[in-house]
Amino acid sequence: MTEEIIIAGFGGQGVLSMGKILAYSGMMQNKEVSWMPSYGPEMRGGTSNVTVIISDERISSPVLSVFDTAIILNQQSLDKFEKSVKPGGMLVYDPNGISRHPERKDINIYQVAATDKAGELGIARLFNMIVLGGFLKYKPIIQEEFMKKGLEKSLPERHHKLIPDNLNAIKVGAEIIKEYHTI
Amino acid sequence: MKELRLMKGNEAIAEAAIRYGVDGYFGYPITPQSEILEHLMAEEPYKKTGMVVLQAESEVASINMVYGGAACGKRVMTTSSSPGISLMQEGLSYIAGAELPCLVVNVVRGGPGLGTIQPSQADYFQTTKGGGHGDYRLITLAPASVQEMYDFVGLGFDLAFKYRNPAMILSDGVIGQVMEKVQIEDYKPRWTDEYIKKSFPWATTGKNPGKPHIIITSLELDSEKQEKVNIHLQKKYKECQEKEVRYEMIHCDDAEYIFVAYGSSARICQKAIQLGREKGIKVGLLRPITLWPFPSKILGELAGKVKGMLSVEMSAGQMVEDVLLATKHKVKVDHFGRFGGIIPTPQEVLHALETKIIGG
Repeated sequence: MTEEIIIAGFGGQGVLSMGKILAYSGMMQNKEVSWMPSYGPEMRGGTSNVTVIISDERISSPVLSVFDTAIILNQQSLDKFEKSVKPGGMLVYDPNGISRHPERKDINIYQVAATDKAGELGIARLFNMIVLGGFLKYKPIIQEEFMKKGLEKSLPERHHKLIPDNLNAIKVGAEIIKEYHTI
Repeated sequence: MKELRLMKGNEAIAEAAIRYGVDGYFGYPITPQSEILEHLMAEEPYKKTGMVVLQAESEVASINMVYGGAACGKRVMTTSSSPGISLMQEGLSYIAGAELPCLVVNVVRGGPGLGTIQPSQADYFQTTKGGGHGDYRLITLAPASVQEMYDFVGLGFDLAFKYRNPAMILSDGVIGQVMEKVQIEDYKPRWTDEYIKKSFPWATTGKNPGKPHIIITSLELDSEKQEKVNIHLQKKYKECQEKEVRYEMIHCDDAEYIFVAYGSSARICQKAIQLGREKGIKVGLLRPITLWPFPSKILGELAGKVKGMLSVEMSAGQMVEDVLLATKHKVKVDHFGRFGGIIPTPQEVLHALETKIIGG
């Protein structure tokens, strides 16, 4: 198993931390992992993205141009990365603020209305965990117990009391994700 | 006991320095390697091992602080990225001339000039062919993973002290910024003053009644003597070339074509090999781990066995010159690179092999 993922959105949406939690959880499940961020001017406002690879084998390139899965959180990122999903791959996106929806017919596309749901539940800061939960429903590459361990490892101890809320947000994501176009 | 962590390459350099018992770090922040100084400041090793961590006023000051610390037999280091490393070249030449050990890390970004903060490998010439003035060499290690970023700190210091010569870790923005799993070692104690005094008679360790003064210098105005200094240096470099060449071969056994690549380019080539082999192209990788001394001998041997070699670098073609020297035109050699901070894709690399070497 090798899963090559790009996560992209605005700086400050928790793109990098979502990727980090995924990578830590993969490591706890004894997988090979890599986490490669975009760094530089785009981090300071504008778009931010991270490539996460989780595999049973030694990882070759941590930098890729095509992906099994794209997790997309804003319009600019959708415009940039929709074409980078491998045929037969998966695209997960939050429709909030999206005016031009994905058009590919050769990939599986899912919507997770995480921004709206997080607002409704009063958990805006856990919006990225809702998205992650949606992704994990269709690509269950990490088991729940290892997500918990990954959160323990990646969050500083003073935030450990938030882990149950994080796990709950992952569950919410799995509940609200819906098919947009499947092949 | 070994512990498994997920770390950035830059953080791994810093953590390795603390745990290897390094005495001093002197540096000045610059993207894409600022996490090294940040991690050191956050870990406060001066409280744990007594290691000094100091933000100098400039890169010139950093390298000269390293010069001073090295003269005392201490394990000292600095890190920077391309423009900062350019500022250090005078100091590096002096340290090599004075035959002192130290470790310098360059997390390369695109140039020339201030260039870009994105990854590049365009400092190969600067590192392996001089950079500073005079006939000197830097022992140069090229890590291709976060684990190697960690491991090469210790290896770099070991080689630097073995040959009394500066060692360089030549990395780039990809390996500095990526997070991967890394096995970290237990804390090693720093060397005691007694140990340094006993082991390194060349070091200035304070008053030594009855023994001759130790003078650390790279100056020798008498040409006869200065030539002897150079002959001695060359003898040392020759020994280093005979004993310290390191490289990795991947899928070379049945290969008809070879990628030659180091650092992050070598990782991209591994993906290109996967894609190539799916198409039936028998391609392998020779990854130099030491860029100086360069693995010329094995490349010469491979030249007689394969149909072509492609040197893949994030530069306009620098290492390719060493590949050409090593293979002596016995085999077709070409270069493929992107530069200015652009990272080539595995697909591009494979396409270059198909068009420049196989079909070319």
